[in-house]
Amino acid sequence: MTPYLKLDHIDKTFVRGSTATVVLKDITFAIEKSEFVSIIGHSGCGKTTLLNIVAGLVPVTTGGVLLENREVDEPGPDRAVVFQNHSLLPWLTVYDNVRLAVDKVFCGAKSRRERHAWTLHNLDLVQMTHAKDKRPAEISGGMKQRVGLARALAMEPKVLLLDEPFGALDALTRAHLQDSVMALHQKLANTVLMITHDVDEAVLLSDRIVMMTNGPAACIGEVLDVPLARPRKRLELAANTTYLKCRQRVLEFLYERHRFVEAA
Amino acid sequence: MNMPLVKTEAVMAVPAKTATVLPLAAPKRPPLTRRIVGWLRDLAARVVPPIVVIALTLLVWELLCRKTGATLPPPSKVISSTWELITDPFYDNGGLDKGLFWHLSASLLRVAKGYALAAIVGVALGTLVGQSTWAMRGLDPIFQVLRTVPPLAWLPLSLAAFRDGQPSAIFVIFITAIWPIIINTSVGIRNIPQDYRNVAAVLRLNHLEFFWKIMVPSAAPYIFTGLRIGIGLSWLAIVAAEMLIGGVGIGFFIWDAWNSSHISEIILALVYVGLIGFVLDRIVAGVATIVTRGTAAN
Repeated sequence: MTPYLKLDHIDKTFVRGSTATVVLKDITFAIEKSEFVSIIGHSGCGKTTLLNIVAGLVPVTTGGVLLENREVDEPGPDRAVVFQNHSLLPWLTVYDNVRLAVDKVFCGAKSRRERHAWTLHNLDLVQMTHAKDKRPAEISGGMKQRVGLARALAMEPKVLLLDEPFGALDALTRAHLQDSVMALHQKLANTVLMITHDVDEAVLLSDRIVMMTNGPAACIGEVLDVPLARPRKRLELAANTTYLKCRQRVLEFLYERHRFVEAA
Repeated sequence: MNMPLVKTEAVMAVPAKTATVLPLAAPKRPPLTRRIVGWLRDLAARVVPPIVVIALTLLVWELLCRKTGATLPPPSKVISSTWELITDPFYDNGGLDKGLFWHLSASLLRVAKGYALAAIVGVALGTLVGQSTWAMRGLDPIFQVLRTVPPLAWLPLSLAAFRDGQPSAIFVIFITAIWPIIINTSVGIRNIPQDYRNVAAVLRLNHLEFFWKIMVPSAAPYIFTGLRIGIGLSWLAIVAAEMLIGGVGIGFFIWDAWNSSHISEIILALVYVGLIGFVLDRIVAGVATIVTRGTAAN
């Protein structure tokens, strides 16, 4: 059986003038449908570049990305991205930000009323209906990220790409949003590829964790299965041996074998 | 996150106790008279200083120009000798002998035409230069040189090309106002955050949708800065251009007054030119705040 999303021998080299920097080297892995996969690594190792390659925002140097056995090399709503810094359009209201995506993706498939209902439905999924008429500047960072998530979900993507979605949030808000993402993944069974540098977040949310070595020429160092049953409860897992073991493995990888040498 | 939780024993069980709710007096709205007084005080604080300065200036001017042999008329004489022009701006005795309203509206119409053209072409060219690296490399050096040419230097050339005063004046307005619009628009387009471009790419917005939904709102603060500089410059240029081309217009009115030694009329016209320039600037600024609301905040 061919995998749902396949990253096939991806190399990425940035060329600037006469100097070429190899960022990613020979990245190969596959994601099954409805799987939640995290990519973890130190900052600067090329995680975001890898996500942008899957999103189609950055072209590969060699290799390719296959989604349902078809090569994807340009951006599209089938691989919706939740950006690190929310990327909501500040001149549109929360509703209009989501509606813009809905209108563009479903302009032929859904009637005006259906698109309106679908927009509200997705805002409801992330519990943001109450702020639908507010502008992004008027809501908190966590709320913005929720709206970004609603916008991405509204596109009904085949793969949901999360680029350190909770990186800029405080710990409490982050935990709250992680629970939301888990609940949504449980409910919608979407395929998710998430970039993170938070070990707890990776273990808590993922079915598999892809650990990347340090750049330049970063590659996949190790892939760890997280055999924890869902739904997962943050508090119960705190003492779970499997959870702790997984956490230990990732920590060892990041801080012993691939310690970040350069100044961050 | 991994702080060891010692001292747990130290936490004692606090007996449950119902908290008493203290009723707070609802803040009283100040009485109407006091609110009006406060509002008037705010207004006075803003209006009184300019009035005082204007009054002092007029006083000094009056004292300086009152004595015999003064080359300029004092304000009292300006008003008395131009009273007819002030009270009846709408008279029309045919030819060039018209009230100030007609001169000003003729000038405003020229500015409106030239400026509208400059706004459309300027935003279009600015978008091109902002979007395309090659267009920027090709056009930007030319723009940088041409924008330093003084507005009136274009007038002989445009007279030679159009062989008529009216389109020449409009062209001078156009060429004066267009540079800041082009340059600010292109900077605004170049400064569209990559995030918005990524959003547009993921949504697969086409060029037209990208223009209307991302580019225009995102670059609007910059575009309006250019438009505001542009309206100021075109109002500066029209007076000078009209002095040279003649016909109905405030510039010609000033030149005509000079030729007939009506200094008071010149001063009156300058007051009107200043006030209208101020109003034009406020209008563009007002439109800008309405259009760009929410855009600047991120």
